[in-house]
Amino acid sequence: MLNNYLLIIISTVLVNNIVLTKILGLCPFMGVSKKLETSISMSAATAFVLTIGSMTSWAINHYLLEPNDLVYLRTLTFIVVIAAVVQFTEMLMEKNFPILYKMLGIFLPLITTNCAVLGIPLLNAQASHTLLESAVFGFGGALGFSFVLILFSSTRERLEGAHIPQPFKGSAISMITAALMSLAFMGFIGLDK
Amino acid sequence: MLTSILIILFLAVIIGLVLGFSSVQFKVKGDPIIEKIDSILPQTQCGQCNYPGCKPYATAIAKGEADINQCPPGGEAGVRALAELMGVEYKPLNESHGTTKPKAIAFIDEDTCIGCTLCIQACPVDAILGAAKQMHTIIEKECTGCELCLPPCPVDCITMESIEENAENWKWKYPVYSISTSKTKVNH
Amino acid sequence: MKLLDKIFKFNGGVQTNPKKDISTKNSIKCLPIPSELRLPLRQHIGNMPKLKVKVGDQVLKGELIAEADGNISAAIHAPTSGKIKSVEKLLIPHPSGLPDFCVTLIPDKKDQWIKKAPVNWEKLGMEKTIKLLLNSGIVGLGGAAFPSHLKLGNNRNSPINTLIINAAECEPYITCDDMLMRERGNDLIKGIKLVQSLLGAKQTIIGIEDNKPEAYKIISDLIIKESSVHIKVVPTIYPSGDAKRLIFLINGIKISKEKRSSEYGIQMFNVATIVAIYRFIVHGEASLSRIVTITGNIKEPRNYEVLFGTPLESLIQDTGGQKIRNNTFIMGGPMMGFKLPSIDVSVTKTMNCVISAEPEMIEAKKEPLPCIRCAKCAEACPVLLQPQELFWFSKSDQFEKAQNYNLFDCIECGCCSYVCPSNIPLVQFYRYAKSEIIAQSIEKEEADIARERNDFRILRLEREKKERAERNAQRKAENTSEEKSKLIEEKRAEIAAAMNRIKDNEKIK
Repeated sequence: MLNNYLLIIISTVLVNNIVLTKILGLCPFMGVSKKLETSISMSAATAFVLTIGSMTSWAINHYLLEPNDLVYLRTLTFIVVIAAVVQFTEMLMEKNFPILYKMLGIFLPLITTNCAVLGIPLLNAQASHTLLESAVFGFGGALGFSFVLILFSSTRERLEGAHIPQPFKGSAISMITAALMSLAFMGFIGLDK
Repeated sequence: MLTSILIILFLAVIIGLVLGFSSVQFKVKGDPIIEKIDSILPQTQCGQCNYPGCKPYATAIAKGEADINQCPPGGEAGVRALAELMGVEYKPLNESHGTTKPKAIAFIDEDTCIGCTLCIQACPVDAILGAAKQMHTIIEKECTGCELCLPPCPVDCITMESIEENAENWKWKYPVYSISTSKTKVNH
Repeated sequence: MKLLDKIFKFNGGVQTNPKKDISTKNSIKCLPIPSELRLPLRQHIGNMPKLKVKVGDQVLKGELIAEADGNISAAIHAPTSGKIKSVEKLLIPHPSGLPDFCVTLIPDKKDQWIKKAPVNWEKLGMEKTIKLLLNSGIVGLGGAAFPSHLKLGNNRNSPINTLIINAAECEPYITCDDMLMRERGNDLIKGIKLVQSLLGAKQTIIGIEDNKPEAYKIISDLIIKESSVHIKVVPTIYPSGDAKRLIFLINGIKISKEKRSSEYGIQMFNVATIVAIYRFIVHGEASLSRIVTITGNIKEPRNYEVLFGTPLESLIQDTGGQKIRNNTFIMGGPMMGFKLPSIDVSVTKTMNCVISAEPEMIEAKKEPLPCIRCAKCAEACPVLLQPQELFWFSKSDQFEKAQNYNLFDCIECGCCSYVCPSNIPLVQFYRYAKSEIIAQSIEKEEADIARERNDFRILRLEREKKERAERNAQRKAENTSEEKSKLIEEKRAEIAAAMNRIKDNEKIK
């Protein structure tokens, strides 16, 4: 039983990493990773949103949509729920961590439009996970997102002191770094066999 | 059809209640960002940014009314620090507000001063010592180099003297050396 | 003693080519009094002393020229009798090449001493003794120039139980302490006993490197009868002479970064400083001279005992000058020293050695290459820092991150630059970063003060406005309308009378 959950975690964090393998959630990945502090706070916020969002989306799907044959409303309801959770997270952050809130700026409400945050509940629904499996899948996805985000922002901070040729400065070198990281994560294919 | 509408309505009501409750619970008072912006500004209080001092400019930046590149005494380093704090892109200094000049201190020519106190009223940090019909003088340590005392003086007796490098304020310089490729041929 | 036999080794450090025997072949030479003495006022860490003489004054040897300003300061005394010629900005031995205030003294060759007043410290008590030491001009003569009176005195909060004498002299080329021990050993031992009693320490350990066998023999013979003074030989590794390194080598105690050695009951002095303290307390002689090593690419290198303020040119001339002329002189050692801006400077309290640059020392030959992240510098750092990280951040002006890696713990010993295979001048980057950070913090302090003043000014103006409004309201309330019309009538009458007077005057004209 536990094996199943462990497998889900490994597959979402390493093998099918949402950012580097599934290529979802690139917007905050690129936008927030300039500094390590904002990355950590963004990963915490996304983890919170993803886990709560996965669980509530599962509940709505299982109790409201599927029994009433309203599967076509899935996308709509999921987005509404995620938007609400993000709004709640925003208010929490503004009250308790105002500096981080200001630093994240526009990217905090943009978690709503993060394709990873919509994608994971939809994947859960498609794969007909149970509640616990959905929660673990959501949390694992968030873990993978945070893992890669923190690695990437540390690399970007390091790059600040390097001699980068003028044409590559800024987003260009970041994109190339992300691509190299993605290549590296390809090495995990076949791990969950 | 009806079920779908009811379900969506139900969801909307629940979410609305939760959010409404939490918005009251997590109300935020005040804005600490203004202090943070003000601590980056150089406190010259010169008004070159078109605001009557550094705190009003910081408030304007926090509200979004002013741009971050309006402060010449803060220089490029100041704009970069503001850009990082506000999470916006770095912009070069807006030349229409002035250029960054090396730090200078005002100096009153005592032979010409008539003791009118107009400069004392103009100084934003009270760095001028004097009284009506008495000699005026600048307190060197407190002068920020804002140049606000120059226009009011009716006899133009105030000049700006730039601070030169001396044994006390000398800094080690950035080591400059050339990294050239080795010119010797390697024989295999 | 068991502790003396234990060998401790600190991590890092480098083995250098000591090159000490160049300047130890001859004994210490005393030069005759030069024709001019130029004394910089700033020769120590702390505030600039306050001038007590003016141009034209006649001074005696040992007379106070400038008084210590505050507690962290030291005094300057006249090294010989003569007349004050000028107080002006002259070239000082400083890496910047900028001039600073110097007092120029023209000796009258009479070398007349002021009345010497030995200090009976046991009778006077520690407080008064420390006050006298404040104006004795004694600073650390090992090169740091920290006012010594701050290190003496038995503070009951942190009593000193071990006095350590720094006789290591780990930097290559420098031999002034070695020669001092060989030739002035008696004074040194007397000084050690004196300082030991001043501090109330139970024992003294002299730390000496193993490349000084002659000095070791002389000193150990002298302390045979002293039960509380011991000598310990430490292996010759640079920088064993650094205070915290030497303490570890001697008794294995690691002094943590934020704390001072006095908090561990240990105080350390250089041998030359001990002799200076001895001469002041027992003989009443202020700090007027020191031993300087002139070595390197020199015809006759040796050690000299010179008065402070002696022009360096006369010293170099006496040695016969450079063997290969390149007019490049380094003050200090080859690891921590800096290039002198010109030879037109005078001897100061920090000048322990002047090296005439050997051809292989000239920088132009060594071209730096990019950092290859080999971390040889991290292996060599005696303070266990990460020089490659500090270099990365100092180079790209990321000062906050450099401070996270403990930039200010760096003692600038130069081990990292010595071992760097790419010949990167690492210490220059750290010095640059440190001075930028200090300048930024000074600016921030000034900005904070300006902000406070501005806030207060706004407050003051508002307060004045309020007071004025209150006063006006009060005045209005006092004058009722009747009184007001009466006042107006009176004023009108006065104006009419004045107008009549004017008319009358005109009529008369």
